[in-house]
Amino acid sequence: MAAPLLQTRDLSMHFGGVKAVRHVNFTLAEGELRCLIGPNGAGKSTFFKMLTGQLEPSHGQVLFRGHDISRAHAHQIARLGIGIKTQVPSVFDGLSVRENIWLAASRVHPRERARRLVDEMLERVGLTAAAGRLVGQLAHGQRQWVELGLVLSTDPELILLDEPAAGMTHDEVLRTAELVREINRTKALIVVEHDMQFIRMIAKRVTVFNQGSVLVEDAVENIMRNPLVRDIYLGKQAAA
Amino acid sequence: MNLRSLNVLGLALVAVIGVAFMVLTPRLVELDTMLDLTVYMIMAVLALSLALIWGYGGILCFGQSAFFGLGAYTYAIAMFNMGESTLPILLAVALPAGFAAVLGYFMFYGRISDVYLGVITLTVTLILFNSINSTAGPEFHIGSARLGGFNGIPGIPPLNFPGNKNAAIDLEGMFYLATASLLATYFGLRLLLASQFGRVIVGIRENERRAELLGYDPRAYKLATFTIGGALAGFAGCLFANWGNFVSPTIFGLAQSAQIIIWVIVGGRGTLIGPIIGCIGIQWLSAALGANQPSGGSDWWSKIFANAPLILGVILVAFVLLVPKGLVPTLADFAQSLLRALRRRAKRRFEPQQAE
Amino acid sequence: MDLVALLAIQVLYAVASLALISVGLAIIFGMMRVINLAHGEFLMLGGYAAIVATSHGISIWISMLIVAPIVVGLIGVIVERTIIRFLYGRMIDTMLATWGLSLFLVGLTTAIFGNTTVGISAPLGSFQIGAYRTSAYTLFVIAVAAVVLGVIFAVLRWTRLGLIARGTMQNANMAAALGVNPPLVYAVTFGIGAALSGLAGAVLAPVSGVFPTIGVAYVAKSFITVIGGGAAILSGTVSASVLFGTINQIATFATTPVFGEVALLAAAIVLIRLLPQGITGRFFRRGL
Repeated sequence: MAAPLLQTRDLSMHFGGVKAVRHVNFTLAEGELRCLIGPNGAGKSTFFKMLTGQLEPSHGQVLFRGHDISRAHAHQIARLGIGIKTQVPSVFDGLSVRENIWLAASRVHPRERARRLVDEMLERVGLTAAAGRLVGQLAHGQRQWVELGLVLSTDPELILLDEPAAGMTHDEVLRTAELVREINRTKALIVVEHDMQFIRMIAKRVTVFNQGSVLVEDAVENIMRNPLVRDIYLGKQAAA
Repeated sequence: MNLRSLNVLGLALVAVIGVAFMVLTPRLVELDTMLDLTVYMIMAVLALSLALIWGYGGILCFGQSAFFGLGAYTYAIAMFNMGESTLPILLAVALPAGFAAVLGYFMFYGRISDVYLGVITLTVTLILFNSINSTAGPEFHIGSARLGGFNGIPGIPPLNFPGNKNAAIDLEGMFYLATASLLATYFGLRLLLASQFGRVIVGIRENERRAELLGYDPRAYKLATFTIGGALAGFAGCLFANWGNFVSPTIFGLAQSAQIIIWVIVGGRGTLIGPIIGCIGIQWLSAALGANQPSGGSDWWSKIFANAPLILGVILVAFVLLVPKGLVPTLADFAQSLLRALRRRAKRRFEPQQAE
Repeated sequence: MDLVALLAIQVLYAVASLALISVGLAIIFGMMRVINLAHGEFLMLGGYAAIVATSHGISIWISMLIVAPIVVGLIGVIVERTIIRFLYGRMIDTMLATWGLSLFLVGLTTAIFGNTTVGISAPLGSFQIGAYRTSAYTLFVIAVAAVVLGVIFAVLRWTRLGLIARGTMQNANMAAALGVNPPLVYAVTFGIGAALSGLAGAVLAPVSGVFPTIGVAYVAKSFITVIGGGAAILSGTVSASVLFGTINQIATFATTPVFGEVALLAAAIVLIRLLPQGITGRFFRRGL
């Protein structure tokens, strides 16, 4: 069996008395796309923050390509090849779309190449027309695309997407799903989502989080039918 | 006319005006006016140092006067001990830069938040003020230079042409040096800010977390920015010591710190021209209103308007509440919306029959 | 032995005066997250209020303990209504605006009173400890500090006002939904913080005299104490005052007053480095 791309061992996070993440063992293979679902407060975002170095785990390890990155700084982890699109778009509001993408692309590529890649990325996320506008003035959906463009421009091997379809129109959701599938051709992804339709469009395997630990991990079809999963969602989403 | 050519035009304009100013002024004004203008140039360099650190880097430094003062004192002390100015000038830049590097390392790698940064930098300049203020006795000296305590260090020898101890700079030379320094600093900073380094520090200011998640180490960039700003302020301090041939501990005081911040706020954060204008404007205003230290003098005019802290205080509060972006950005925004309104009117005039 | 007693009183005095000058700021920062850089000037105004009142024949005790807090408290409410309330949530801008206010107040008092030191002699005379004489006034200051801290504790813990204040501080929207008027709470809180600062400035006026720029000496120390203390108002102020006051006094005793100040400032920097959230960010976290 090939070595996993990402692995967590007994990963835990306490905030004072609250145990946000509890003894999570998680494995992701090279090039795999995994969906992470679970009710609000289940610990998914906290889990992501530990993977990107924004939070230091209280206990346990995160291994990326076999290297222990549990205590590494966020910028070091980014350089190793993990990118994240956060739940609330984290972009450079006071800069233009082009400048945003440039900052990402120029970190990994030399000048000339970066310039070309910026133009390509603007095409890919459909923002060529808006390239000169300040990101802070864009609509919510467009800002999500900017952030996606940012993340992709650094060419990471593993991309974490925290609710990429949130607040999007139906067409935007379709576009996003298509983009995610396209990205998955060359990169591994972990996607946190609530939108079951979206998940069915992209996923093969799904991990279900509940109250800080992994409840069940299975193929997407089985998850839909799993009574435990239905319970934690009060039957609404899974029945949809 | 697109943004880029507007930019180049602006730079060219500054260059032309700057050089013209430098060449023409000594021929056109009285000596004492030229002396005043010289210190305005020097203070403008100081303003630019904070414009870089705070306006572009987003680092709120309440104690920029610390580096300014260290530069002035270092030059004075080194000059008394060495007699020839090349090394003292270098030290006057290197020591504040080194101090900024150490302090910056401590603050940025210690993950101290914005607000506390302000308090710590303020505290540092106060420590320096307190310490140096109490060094009045003859036992406080570095080599042959007495620190002088609250009396300050008088009679600081002016700098000379490198290598030639006897070719000391004169008043007109001082003016040229100060103005040339300001122009060099302005264009140097424009270059720096247009470079990759400049873009990254602005990105870090906009969203430090995102910059980190892209792989940039904000601590290193902030440290570099802070150090460069400290070096610039130190250089301004060295020029200042040359201008007045005197330095005292008030250079480390709150009043000086406050002034630098006020220049940048009034002029506009996120610009370089703004703080220069803010600095020169406020300096000129203070001088025009009469005094720097209100003496509780007789008539109410001198008590209110010659009262620098009072006027500066009102200006600062007014700007924070009413013109938070500062003069230059606010005027630029105003000009932009005016242009847009004019363009719309012009469009409507040429396309009156728009199908509804 | 007498020397130890003397030193103990000096240390207690240093702690008490540090706590007194900081508690008003702690309330404003702790409750409203407002950084008031004009805090030193509130202290200064308290001193002037006491001196002006005394020079008009009012008893020194009433001037210090009643007139000064009321005057400065009112000024505080005016400041809150005209400046602070437009800047909530904008911490940096609040710092800058209050710095402007500080400059304005310094200028104003200089215009009114001139920039020489005015003073009142410390009442109560002196007393003996063994071979040493020391001012009895220091005991008064210690007593005032203890009473003020005690009263604040009692109000926060056991009164409705304290509960409302703590609730608004935690969650203004919820408090509003429960019928509390947040703008009123903010104005009153700022006023009370200012009043306490006025009291401190008045009580300390006989010790050092008052002049327009005396705020400078107070502002750095009080800020350091508040930030070093951390989020909890009382336990933070008390623990930080004890730590810094002791260090300051012992350093002063061992060397010079100037070095005592430097030692305090340096200790603060070390503390923030080690405990970025202040003392009560790590210890005494459940405290008031």
